[in-house]
Amino acid sequence: MALKIVKGSIDRMFDKNLQDLVRGIRNHKEDEAKYISTCIDEIKQELKQDNIAVKANAVCKLTYLQMLGYDVSWAAFNIVEVMSSSKFTYKRIGYLAASQCFHESTDVIMLTTNQIRKDLSSPNQYDTGVALTGLSCFVTPDLARDLANDIMTLMSHTKPYIRKKAVLIMYKVFLKYPESLRPAFPRLKEKLEDPDPGVQSAAVNVICELARRNPKNYLSLAPLFFKLMTSSTNNWVLIKIIKLFGALTPLEPRLGKKLIEPLTNLIHSTSAMSLLYECVNTVIAVLISLSSGMPNHSASIQVSFSRHAHTFSLKYLGLLAMSKILKTHPKSVQSHKDLILQCLDDKDESIRLRALDLLYGMVSKKNLMEIVKKLMLHVDKAEGTTYRDELLTKIIDICSQSNYQYITNFEWYISILVELTRLEGTRHGHLIASQMLDVAIRVKAIRAFAVAQMATLLDNAHLLTGNTQRNGICEVLYAAAWICGEFSEHLEEPMVTLEAMLRPKVATLPGHIQAVYVQNAAKLFATVLRGHEGVPADSMVAQETSQLLIDRLPLFVQSSNLEVQERASCILQLVKYIQKLQQKDVEVAEEVTALFAGELNPVAPKAQKKVPVPEGLDLDVWINEPPSGSESEDEGRKSKGKAVFAKEESRHTKPRYTEVDEKELAKRREVRKAEQANNPFYIKASPSSQKVYQDGVGVEHIPVVQIDLSVPLKVPGMPMSDQYVKLEEERRERNKADKKKKKDKKKREKGEKGRRRRGDSGPESEEDITPAHMVDIVTEEMPENALPSDDDDKDPNDPHKSICWAPCVNTAGYGVDQPPLYLSPHPSLSLAPHLQVCDIQGNLQDGSQVVVSVIFENKCDSFIKSMEFNVLDSLNSKLQRPDGAGPHDGLIVPFQLPPGISNEARFIFSVQNIVMPQKLKGTLTFIVKTDDSSTHEKLDFKLHFTCTSYLITTPCYSDAYSKLLESGDLKGCSLKLEGVNQPFHHLLARICFHHHFSVVERIDSCASMYSRSIQGHHMCLLVKTADQTVSIDAKCDEPGLLGNVLDEIKLTFSQC
Amino acid sequence: MIKAILIFNNHGKPRLIRFYEYFAEDVQQQIIRETFHLVSKRDDNVCNFLEGGSLIGGSDYKLIYRHYATLYFVFCVDSSESELGILDLIQVFVETLDKCFENVCELDLIFHMDKVHFILQEVVMGGMVLETNMNEIVGQVELQNRMEKSEGGFSAAPARAVSAVKNINLPEMPRNINIGDINIKVPSLSPF
Repeated sequence: MALKIVKGSIDRMFDKNLQDLVRGIRNHKEDEAKYISTCIDEIKQELKQDNIAVKANAVCKLTYLQMLGYDVSWAAFNIVEVMSSSKFTYKRIGYLAASQCFHESTDVIMLTTNQIRKDLSSPNQYDTGVALTGLSCFVTPDLARDLANDIMTLMSHTKPYIRKKAVLIMYKVFLKYPESLRPAFPRLKEKLEDPDPGVQSAAVNVICELARRNPKNYLSLAPLFFKLMTSSTNNWVLIKIIKLFGALTPLEPRLGKKLIEPLTNLIHSTSAMSLLYECVNTVIAVLISLSSGMPNHSASIQVSFSRHAHTFSLKYLGLLAMSKILKTHPKSVQSHKDLILQCLDDKDESIRLRALDLLYGMVSKKNLMEIVKKLMLHVDKAEGTTYRDELLTKIIDICSQSNYQYITNFEWYISILVELTRLEGTRHGHLIASQMLDVAIRVKAIRAFAVAQMATLLDNAHLLTGNTQRNGICEVLYAAAWICGEFSEHLEEPMVTLEAMLRPKVATLPGHIQAVYVQNAAKLFATVLRGHEGVPADSMVAQETSQLLIDRLPLFVQSSNLEVQERASCILQLVKYIQKLQQKDVEVAEEVTALFAGELNPVAPKAQKKVPVPEGLDLDVWINEPPSGSESEDEGRKSKGKAVFAKEESRHTKPRYTEVDEKELAKRREVRKAEQANNPFYIKASPSSQKVYQDGVGVEHIPVVQIDLSVPLKVPGMPMSDQYVKLEEERRERNKADKKKKKDKKKREKGEKGRRRRGDSGPESEEDITPAHMVDIVTEEMPENALPSDDDDKDPNDPHKSICWAPCVNTAGYGVDQPPLYLSPHPSLSLAPHLQVCDIQGNLQDGSQVVVSVIFENKCDSFIKSMEFNVLDSLNSKLQRPDGAGPHDGLIVPFQLPPGISNEARFIFSVQNIVMPQKLKGTLTFIVKTDDSSTHEKLDFKLHFTCTSYLITTPCYSDAYSKLLESGDLKGCSLKLEGVNQPFHHLLARICFHHHFSVVERIDSCASMYSRSIQGHHMCLLVKTADQTVSIDAKCDEPGLLGNVLDEIKLTFSQC
Repeated sequence: MIKAILIFNNHGKPRLIRFYEYFAEDVQQQIIRETFHLVSKRDDNVCNFLEGGSLIGGSDYKLIYRHYATLYFVFCVDSSESELGILDLIQVFVETLDKCFENVCELDLIFHMDKVHFILQEVVMGGMVLETNMNEIVGQVELQNRMEKSEGGFSAAPARAVSAVKNINLPEMPRNINIGDINIKVPSLSPF
């Protein structure tokens, strides 16, 4: 035996330790992989030995190899062995290795539960610490569930070192096992006031992470954080708290006012730049939330910031902060345009990208051209395609934002687009193409110009396709060809363009582009025919054109692309036929043109939704029963089937189901007819394929404002956007002069009375700039009988829109010890139109009080104030009003709602009898304030207090449960549900979720459940299932309550 | 939350990697390569923030890094962390290393990856910041090292002797090659 030990230690002397391994790897630079594989073999040998020290050494080396990218999961079991060593030295190595390579699907993790529990309760604080650290990295839902209690206990450990680690790891536990949040929260809250700053910091960290996911649940902690903020000296804690306040202020404007002062104090007193920055950031958030007034203040802060921007990191953060201000106070940022444009020249890409982001929000009609010009310069200079592509998309984003709102001259924009096509190797060809199409289709006045430009592009196509096939820019040709074909009447020389489109080189383009070429060549052909027919001298030209097509098209007929082939052969035959007719001197132009008659109108993206569903058609009903299958499969198919059906509805693809009875067929025909009548065309990505031709009738009613162009239309050669900048300036000057003249005239007419209102030399305001082209952008087509009220149709004047109770996600950790009480489990309270009242949460305080939390969300564009909440009391339930108020007075909601903001208010009700469910009627009155007027509005609602709402999920152990049943105090009642075909665990989950029960015990298809009412009534259920029949035997000490709860359970299952 | 902490040298060789979310080994290596590629082409006098590493995180995540002589310290964090706060934290971590190793240099990290991990564990735990007070961190690390010594140390005496013998044959002794000290002097250091 002794000999063996000696031998072992001698062997060990020649084992490599970590340092030897590292050194060895460094000495084998040429054959590193080979060396490491021999080392791994050695490690495998070492792991086989009994000596724990040898094993630990081996595991330590594995951790190093893991860093180099070697998979060491095969040693997981050995790692667990080392973790369970009694020596701290080895334990620490084991936990380190585990934290580096264990994850949720590592199966040996199951084996660690008891070991970790043992370590957590070790008398040595470092054993505990190491276990906590390791656990924080590889905690799984199972571990979290099993160890949550042990960790909770550690949160009150005597050693602050353990406390802080335990507090911190709780966040990970919450993530993996959310149920633990509720019981742990009070203790977590307590740790905010721990005497040890480290523990305090850990608690702040955890709560800030939690609050980030759902800030409004943590509003109640604001006073506590406020106290911490003024007392703590730990910068990290302060930063976290201040960041949290930044997230909370939009929810509670009153908080902001309180924050300003301490924040300003911190700004002046701190020396830490990080803290200063976060303070300023939160001040900005506060000012934004206050929104009224004080824009100057924010401007001044932000100025000081940009001055501070001498170091590079701060420059970046300054830009970041500006983007926040920009959202609410664009004016104050716009004044720093030059500074931001300067940042575009910065050599740091991070800063350049941030600056680009800012520019997006800064443009106006006045400065758009200037900014884009600057950006174009950068495009030329930019090296590296990613940044250049970013610039390109930004230019297009900036120009096209809110329906081309800021573009005053579309010729300029087309020129910009054409200039962008010169970029080599960009990925965004399709983006440019879609913009060209969009503008050409929607801006009628620009078509002639666009066509001319596109013709030039087509003529110079070799420049675009010159390099490689994967050059994305050739997508532009798609747009060019389509525009030239569709609007060929604007072409000066259709022959030239036609020739350009039929060059042999076209055959190298991608298939979908060739197809468009072929199709549009036919359109051009029609135009040429029309232009030359009737004039005898020109009939030769027409015939030559036919011959050109007949000569060139066979190239496309041979194409390997199906689409191209098909179109080409079709058109080839057509042209051959036309040629025959031409030779007989028959006039064909009219008929050929008729092939392509009709015009395309832009269709609003939402148009389809507006088509009313014909009466008697229920789109959610199955046409055919879905094929039956096993249960789970069935479910999967159900969702799939729905998706298919939904698509059918919106895209009118052919119906998928073949067996349709007569009635359904008739119904469908009706739908199709309605759709066809209402929705003549729909253009989107590929106009040529989806186009439906119609006679020109019915198009004329689209309001298009034609306007005289004050700018010369023709610019020779490739366009230069710069020229437009100049022209635009001249035009504006001219406009201004005109206006001045008019004004002068008026003044003269008015005589002496006329006073100078505004200096003419003052800066030109936004409104003064009239666009050069009027655009029919907004007049996208809508079906005639579109329903006026659609959900997404935001009418600012609709008062009912304005308030909505959104469902509030019930994340735990409300700061209240009891679980929330659902007063209305279903959105069953349909009130005024367009109003959704969903779950109203209540929090229970004692047996006779119920707290209802109501979330008010302002969904309209106007400001809402003076909200008053009132409920008609019943005998049983009363809204608690402040002392001195009459029984019919409303409660004032203590906040106002800016547009899009939601906030929560709580109302306390006193309830006497919880045996019966009840409904309370109520009204909410409020004032909607718009810029020029304010209206008084009213909203009726109902609060539904179900009996279920009075139940609290309370866990119960099986022994206590059986004792309770044995006591004989409970009265029974039972319920049978037929035809429930859900898996048993779904059924149980449903009861638990909707009716606040908890499962005590489950054996096969039988389970016992428990719940307790707020007044302490016990309620026990025994649920059994067999053949789609569920029987529930229930016992409770209050039969009335029991009956009502059972009715509610029945209702839940009848609804599913 | 901190999603990952990477330390690599000027050639992209990893010196310490710590992911707080699971990635397979090959993905980890790819992330290191990509991060190195992003960070290494940046000048020293540009800002310390990078957006959008495509592999790790997404738009909510930022890379915040500092470059010391031969080493890059990169933290990948989400928007809940303060950018400058993390920069300060990196500084605190590096200064702690400096104290624990006495004039830390890249070689210390190469040969004592385990110790660096143990120090890091006292600063960041499971992706959340545990402690920012340097004295506290150093104190806890030393106490744990003392405990290890009292247990006889990890590499026991005989092995160390052998290791010394083995070293004789080696042409290079680690302490003698000067790969370069990590320059610790950074002016804007805020006390946590």
